[in-house]
Amino acid sequence: MAAHGAHPPGFAHQFETVEQQREAGTLGMWTFLVTEILFFGGMFTSYIIYRSLHLHSFIQGSHELIVRYGATNTAVLIFSSLTMALAIRTAQTGKSKGQIIFWLLLTMILGATFIAIKLRFEWYRDYVEGLIPGVSWLDGGTHTPGVKMFMCFYFFMTGLHALHMVVGLGILTVLVIMTARNRFSAEYYAPLEISGLYWHFVDIVWIFLFPLLYLIGGRYPGS
Amino acid sequence: MSTATADLHEAPAESGVNYLNASYGIRSWLLTFDHKRIGLLYLASITVMFLVGGVAAVLMRIHLIEPQGALFEPETYNKLFSTHGIIMVFFFLVPSIPATLGNFLIPLMIGARDVAFPKLNLMSWYIFITGAALALYATISGGVDTGWTFYPPYSSHYSATNVTIVALGVFVAGFSSILTGLNFIVTIHKMRAPGMTWFRLPLFIWAMYATSLIFVLGTPVIAITLFLLGLERILHVGIFDPAVGGDPLLFQHLFWFYSHPAVYIMILPGMGVVSELVTAFSRKKIFGYSFVAFSSLSIAVISFIVWGHHMFVTGQSIYAGLVFSVLSFLVAIPSAVKVFNWTATLYRGSISYEAPMLYALGFIGLFTIGGLTGLFLASLATDVHLNGTYFIVAHFHYVMVGGAVMAYLGGIHFWWPKISGRMYPDLWARIAAAIIFLGFNLTFFPQFMLGYLGMPRRYAVYPAEFQVLNVLSSAGASILGIGYVIPLVYLIWSMRYGPVAGPNPWKAKGLEWTIPSPPPTENFEEIPIVTEDAYNYPVADAHSYPDAPEVARV
Amino acid sequence: MSEHSEQSGHVGHVVPIGVYVTVFLLLMFGTALTTWVAYIDLGRWNTVAALTIAVCKMLLVVLFFMHVKYATGLTRIVILAGFFWLGIMITLSCSDELTRHWEIVPQGWQMILPFVSRVF
Repeated sequence: MAAHGAHPPGFAHQFETVEQQREAGTLGMWTFLVTEILFFGGMFTSYIIYRSLHLHSFIQGSHELIVRYGATNTAVLIFSSLTMALAIRTAQTGKSKGQIIFWLLLTMILGATFIAIKLRFEWYRDYVEGLIPGVSWLDGGTHTPGVKMFMCFYFFMTGLHALHMVVGLGILTVLVIMTARNRFSAEYYAPLEISGLYWHFVDIVWIFLFPLLYLIGGRYPGS
Repeated sequence: MSTATADLHEAPAESGVNYLNASYGIRSWLLTFDHKRIGLLYLASITVMFLVGGVAAVLMRIHLIEPQGALFEPETYNKLFSTHGIIMVFFFLVPSIPATLGNFLIPLMIGARDVAFPKLNLMSWYIFITGAALALYATISGGVDTGWTFYPPYSSHYSATNVTIVALGVFVAGFSSILTGLNFIVTIHKMRAPGMTWFRLPLFIWAMYATSLIFVLGTPVIAITLFLLGLERILHVGIFDPAVGGDPLLFQHLFWFYSHPAVYIMILPGMGVVSELVTAFSRKKIFGYSFVAFSSLSIAVISFIVWGHHMFVTGQSIYAGLVFSVLSFLVAIPSAVKVFNWTATLYRGSISYEAPMLYALGFIGLFTIGGLTGLFLASLATDVHLNGTYFIVAHFHYVMVGGAVMAYLGGIHFWWPKISGRMYPDLWARIAAAIIFLGFNLTFFPQFMLGYLGMPRRYAVYPAEFQVLNVLSSAGASILGIGYVIPLVYLIWSMRYGPVAGPNPWKAKGLEWTIPSPPPTENFEEIPIVTEDAYNYPVADAHSYPDAPEVARV
Repeated sequence: MSEHSEQSGHVGHVVPIGVYVTVFLLLMFGTALTTWVAYIDLGRWNTVAALTIAVCKMLLVVLFFMHVKYATGLTRIVILAGFFWLGIMITLSCSDELTRHWEIVPQGWQMILPFVSRVF
């Protein structure tokens, strides 16, 4: 029978112990991430198939993308994963809420930077150059049907990824508010941990998107 | 007493507070976190969806009385069968047992106070309602004519109907089922009462766990697929578009990666219910508990590697066809294991024929027929002849209606006293079960013959020589429809006027029967400590071993 | 009470800052490496290299940032299941898409058919 002493903040009464709640929350988030693996996985599957069947078009399409923006964005996201991990560690070690918020805000700034680079330097440029299928596509030259297919993948996959980033920024905002309201401590920081798992997952998706979209077939002369 | 007749003679315990009367008013229902109330919210919603899908079916069957079609233009008929399929599959069958009985019973059966994430549970109902509203709006404002399978390029480029809205509705409803599955997985892993080990769980829980695995692993794929289809429809270009090198068959791969396991989402919970009914109404523990438990998991796993059998004749490579055909034969094995074990459970049991048992027995017979006919379809050569015909329609209706819907009704009847605190009139229930059984067979058996003779499915007209069988089928449908309405009437009637049921009117085993009917909001006053196996019926109850009270464990 | 994990669970385990920073630097190095290698002509090994580096980066994030190194067996099974199912989807879809144009050539046992028809 569970002890009915003072329960820590955030304890939910369908559980018997705090430990049970924590384990349930973690298992729940990992299960959700598995659904996300399958969700993105549908597009990765399609990508693998079409790349095998239309390699030349995909390489051509990939060369329309600018590597330095993709690489920079990869670095930005990796940095944001570090700051997120540090935010959780700050809570774990009982530091002040100001410090936790610092790392959370830094993560948010990096996430916003990612989206800003995407929008301003990549998608806006693609819009102007007529590379967005169904929106601003211009036929001719290197803009072959095969390249159009590649660009469909590029926008669908990075678009879905960016959508997940935006949701992540929303989650981080909520976390900042909760931290400011003294909801977390060294004993209870599960929402931070669980949101961190989500954030790192979004980072991992990009870790695969970068080489698969920007670096296919290599970028050496003659590729 | 050795039979499981409803015990109506006990005076009810002083009617205390239970989950139904703990709070009043519409807000207390619409903002509830109680899994039992959420189960009832789902029950009401899916009943509405069932009626909508049923109306479409009735209209189709009336139309098919005449070879040239009695009522509709072909375009309208196309919208009818599409609506019927979409509503019945995504908004009735997939959520049916999991969202109603699963939500209600899982915490009770494992000895928990609620599911792991009650707020997510309520959110999943709202998400379901949103998806259903979108689908209904799309239906009312013009309908969809692509079939429930949404194949491109027709759905992406040529159909002038509300494909995007319906796809959005299904997409949204998919998230409802993902959250339900996630909730169940975490609940079953982390919230079992002390002593409730995995192998003491009721088989309904094993079945729900396996179903939840499919929810979590399969549903995201149809979500992304419909998302991509919607994008292609809006942008007029996409990854299934042959003009840019796309392959419409890729859609089919992604679609069926979910939709085949989805049919096991529909049947596995029903199988779980049947395990509960067969044991309760033969007063005997299940034969081969671990075989039945593992067969649920096997079905969940193997269901994911057979989807290509829906694509044998649509252009799939013959090599893939070979692979999928062989794998499809495999999936029949765990299903057969269950049927064998239920039969062995029945053997020398003390069987009584209350309505839930009638539904369970009906399930075993009809599911077997439906399942066996699946083998004809798994075999490449015969599938070439039978694909796209009424044979397929009959096959899946035998398993989904003769199987899943009957199990659903059996479960609703079995647990009705627990849910409502009242008993329904068993005579009417048995009459309805018999009407449903007869009506069902009259509707769908002729369709096997029609399919074999070559009548295509999804056609608004047919050759005159098929009329007799079609008329028989339509006659059966009207009987089936009456059969479905009768329980609706007496179950609602019983909520007010039915005799009060005690905690355990069936004298069944299981933690849910140890608490009052209806249960209190917190389920258990004290979390129980479990010390016995599931279905631990006294050996003397069954007729099995009259001279040998000690029985070796299976 | 549900079964407890044998350890207190990864949530309770505090990872040293040094580990996080090292992982971060390795990830940055991996990014630089994969970009650099793309500009070198390795033929079809470019793809292999890029994916290998990506998988290594993913493992670093999963094991250290997501604490799976300190997590229970159940967590690991869940993650593996996700990737395994993705593998099923990719493999079996490719089994069709990539074999569509295979020629059906009489070979092996089918070679005996002319002789069989002569016998019977």
